[in-house]
Amino acid sequence: MAYGPHTPADREAMLAALGITSVEPLFADIPTPVRADGLALPEPEPELQLAARLEGLAGRNRVDLASFLGAGVYRHYVPAAVDQILLRGEFYTAYTPYQPEVSQGTLQTIYEYQSLLAELTGLDVVSASHYDGAAATAEAALMAIRATRRRRVLVSRAVHRHYVETTRTYFAAAELALEELPTTADGTTDLAALADALADAERPVAAVLLGQPNAFGLLEPMAEAAELAHAAGALFVAVVEPVSLAVLAPPGSYGADIASGEGQPLGIAPQYGGPYLGVLACREALVRQIPGRLVGRTTDLEGKRAFVMTLRAREQDIRRERAASNICTNQALCALAATVYVACLGPHGLRDVGALGAARARELERALAAAGAPRLHRAPYLNEFAVQVPGAVRVHAALLEHGVLAGLPLARWYPDDPQLREALLVCATEVTTTAEIERFAAALAAVRDGAAAADRTGSVAAAGSPASVTTARGGS
Amino acid sequence: MDVPEGLRYTDDHEWLRIEGDTGTVGITAYAAEQLGDIVFVELPEPGTALSEGKTFGVVESVKAVSDLFAPVGGEVSELNLALQAHPELVNSDPYGEGWMIRLRLADAGQAEGLKDAAAYRELIKAG
Amino acid sequence: MSGAAAGSPRSHDVASLGPRSAVGPQLQPTLDELSRPGRGGGKIPHPPADALAGIPASALRDAPLALPELNEPEVVRHFVDLSRLNYSVDGGFYPLGSCTMKFNPKINEWAARLPGFAQLHPLAPDALAQGTLQLLWELEGLLAEISGMRAVTLQPAAGAHGELTGILMVRAYHEARGDHERREVLVPDSAHGTNPATASMAGFTTVEVPSAPDGGVDLDAFRAALGPRTAAVMLTNPSTLGLFEGRVVELLEAVHEAGALAYMDGANLNAILGKFRPGATGFDVMHINVHKTFSTPHGGGGPGAGPVGVGEKLLPFLPSPRVLREDDGTFRLERPGERPTSIGRVRAYQGSSGVFVRAFAYIRAHGGSGLVEVSEDAVLAANYLKSRIAGAYAIPYERPCKHEFVASAGPLHEATGVRTLDIAKRLIDKGFHPPTIYFPHIVDECLLIEPTETESLETLDAFAEALLEIAAEARREPELVTSAPHTAPVRRLDEATAARQPDLHWRAMSGAESPCPT
Repeated sequence: MAYGPHTPADREAMLAALGITSVEPLFADIPTPVRADGLALPEPEPELQLAARLEGLAGRNRVDLASFLGAGVYRHYVPAAVDQILLRGEFYTAYTPYQPEVSQGTLQTIYEYQSLLAELTGLDVVSASHYDGAAATAEAALMAIRATRRRRVLVSRAVHRHYVETTRTYFAAAELALEELPTTADGTTDLAALADALADAERPVAAVLLGQPNAFGLLEPMAEAAELAHAAGALFVAVVEPVSLAVLAPPGSYGADIASGEGQPLGIAPQYGGPYLGVLACREALVRQIPGRLVGRTTDLEGKRAFVMTLRAREQDIRRERAASNICTNQALCALAATVYVACLGPHGLRDVGALGAARARELERALAAAGAPRLHRAPYLNEFAVQVPGAVRVHAALLEHGVLAGLPLARWYPDDPQLREALLVCATEVTTTAEIERFAAALAAVRDGAAAADRTGSVAAAGSPASVTTARGGS
Repeated sequence: MDVPEGLRYTDDHEWLRIEGDTGTVGITAYAAEQLGDIVFVELPEPGTALSEGKTFGVVESVKAVSDLFAPVGGEVSELNLALQAHPELVNSDPYGEGWMIRLRLADAGQAEGLKDAAAYRELIKAG
Repeated sequence: MSGAAAGSPRSHDVASLGPRSAVGPQLQPTLDELSRPGRGGGKIPHPPADALAGIPASALRDAPLALPELNEPEVVRHFVDLSRLNYSVDGGFYPLGSCTMKFNPKINEWAARLPGFAQLHPLAPDALAQGTLQLLWELEGLLAEISGMRAVTLQPAAGAHGELTGILMVRAYHEARGDHERREVLVPDSAHGTNPATASMAGFTTVEVPSAPDGGVDLDAFRAALGPRTAAVMLTNPSTLGLFEGRVVELLEAVHEAGALAYMDGANLNAILGKFRPGATGFDVMHINVHKTFSTPHGGGGPGAGPVGVGEKLLPFLPSPRVLREDDGTFRLERPGERPTSIGRVRAYQGSSGVFVRAFAYIRAHGGSGLVEVSEDAVLAANYLKSRIAGAYAIPYERPCKHEFVASAGPLHEATGVRTLDIAKRLIDKGFHPPTIYFPHIVDECLLIEPTETESLETLDAFAEALLEIAAEARREPELVTSAPHTAPVRRLDEATAARQPDLHWRAMSGAESPCPT
């Protein structure tokens, strides 16, 4: 067996100690009619061949394009030290720190994570982690429902689509109401519509959720929205991107009661969807409503400072059917990555990441506008924005042939919106280069010219290239 | 184990002290010891109407959680607010400073159905 | 050391070196205490001064960011020092029952970090993601064969998340049939706490059914509880006591007769690979903890992953998007709205692909025959270990166990006053991680011990000896045990104060931000 230690003699010794000659009697309690006879799976693969198989699969992915795709998951430079620490077996092969005497390493790093995120969010209580930004946002909404004993939640249409869909899935179970707020022409949440929705005294609102930046990359009027929510007795939830909080106002400063978001930008690779880091934070008054593990500082018998999981009675292993959530496994190693990442960058480095991304995005805005793709919305943005591109889905596909991943066609998220259907959501970060931006702009101009020419000749042929990336049908 | 005379007891390990039409409720020393270090007590709003046997709150220790049941019916007239900052009073003085709620009794006669100290001692002896 | 240890002379030699140190001795300052204004830098180029000029001041942070300032060598040393305070599978035997702390193969870590896997954006067009899509599609097939299920979704991020996904599908199934009265989920009293918590989260009421005296389900009690209000029964098999549920066939019949569905908690799948395929037996839905059975690292509490397998009945309700294979051999994600019966998304993207690279590698390294051997060795090791400690600890269920077993320190406690918690802490002094304690709740003073298939006979013997020694110490010198651990960097902790006055983050940071080094 690949990793097993037992020699035939070892097995015989153990069997002999049990007074049997094969393992068969140990499985005799599985009734014969349901007893399986092995598995129809491939043969064991030696490490050499397995390594080649895995390299082959990894090589079939294309990660060499100039990418302007963000939409909730962002490329950042991750200092080499981060992964060196993550590869320490003492961290990644440990279990949940239920035995604090031999888990102070994990416990202290979680406490440090909670502290760093408390500073970034301006909120006092930070959960030790959730699955991802979507799950954390759904939990934030459920938390507000428990805290207010109300059953209706308002979410801006400009909160990440997948977070809204996930929250809807969670809500369907308990028959809770999730209503979407429209956006105005400038791309931010319509506060008049929010005020109207809050005014319905028959159906009191538990929470109002807005993204900062929102799903179009735009900055929302958070303080005003929070004030409206509070005036109606609702909690205000800010759905945030933690790296942006190095430059943007922290949720605690504009009255957010809860903040949720995706921690992936804090030193975690995109990995086609996970594992990621669900960030969930709240004001101190809500500490008993927050789901997930919390680590607190305390002392041992001799008065030495030490760390321990605390407020455990909220959790499923103790409270069972009355637990705040069923969450058990979390994303501790991803929280460690975030902690090491922030420690490596420090306050200046993290702010530079945020500000440099903003500068690159302005460079991108100018280049795309010059190439005929101006911004769609007027509201200010940080490092991501939508641009108008007629035939956006087709242009996006054609740009792949030029080695450019031109962000996200918003048609994918808002298929029924005539404006958004003809727009691309593009982002830049500190890793975006001027050369990449120039390549994008040039390719965009070429594709548009090509399309115009094709229209004139009545042809529908897309730009082709020997290094074609459209090997699969159905690429979106 | 301390089981004072003069109180009435439930099978769920709450005690009830009747003074006029007021009943004071807490958990027994036995219950507090079984739970261990109490870290949080959740109590109802004053004015809440409770029927006999209804859950009125939750007590949490480091590693356990337990519902609190009304020994008799009545309206919550007073809470022990000291427990918010000092839940450990339930461990240190369960029949005194660790009391939890006062009830305006609906029917003092309901207490007749509860155990006296001797019967409660038998209950905890039986485990 | 006892000569009864069957044929492992090497363990004597190793024992003469003394116990392995569980963890390093030195507690560490926190990052804020190490911070010195002006340290660090050199990672990111400085942005132009007007980088944020387009953003209204009201949206910007107005106070300096109070984060620690450290240089890289200090950062590295800090986390290396902290890592030494952890017990880990790489460092020693970690027999946590129900958690399956087996060895985490190193090639899996290497593979997950290959740039093609690691740098792929979750919203990348399918054409750019063929390698990962193929891996996910193949892994679904491997897990379907192992579980006997018709199809598998890889979306759920953890076991509990898989439970929620599964129970939401159960709910959708009954709703689609117009069967709106099924509001109850039955779980045995030995179940993981996640089972009842999941039922609540999905809007169901939990009905707890007591176990039979032999540790199995009480069939009569289940039959009595089943009815037109039952949506599902959640069963862990092997159970949390490490026992195979022999009445599984009768139970499944009763569940289906009542019109309910059968959910299998696959937390203990590692005991029955190739021996029992739940889907082939009649279970309608199950989750699989790849961080238990398929060796993906526990990471100090996560990430894990909790794929869910379903039978025919729940197929339409699988969360979206699924991974599909086209006739031309290419792969793609399901498009939005393509399968309207789906329960929808349960997370932001299609799954924790980084975890699945590791699980895939583990399964392919073992192949079918190797996985069967995994279960056989895990079960053999557990039964052997049980036989080694049976004299000193009570074994409440005598029949053969699967991959883990329950022992009880109940009699020892009565005789000596030493409790299971004390034994657990004393094991730390002897260089071992304690087993799971006080779970399942239905056994008094319980230890749940799981050796896994990757621990050698020498290790099993050394652990058994340690438990026997502790039992002897409890009779001879109980305070030595009740005051343990003595060698760990901290003694027992004041958990009550931690919960009464929670201190969840550092307060005034000693090194608030220094002027920007431009």
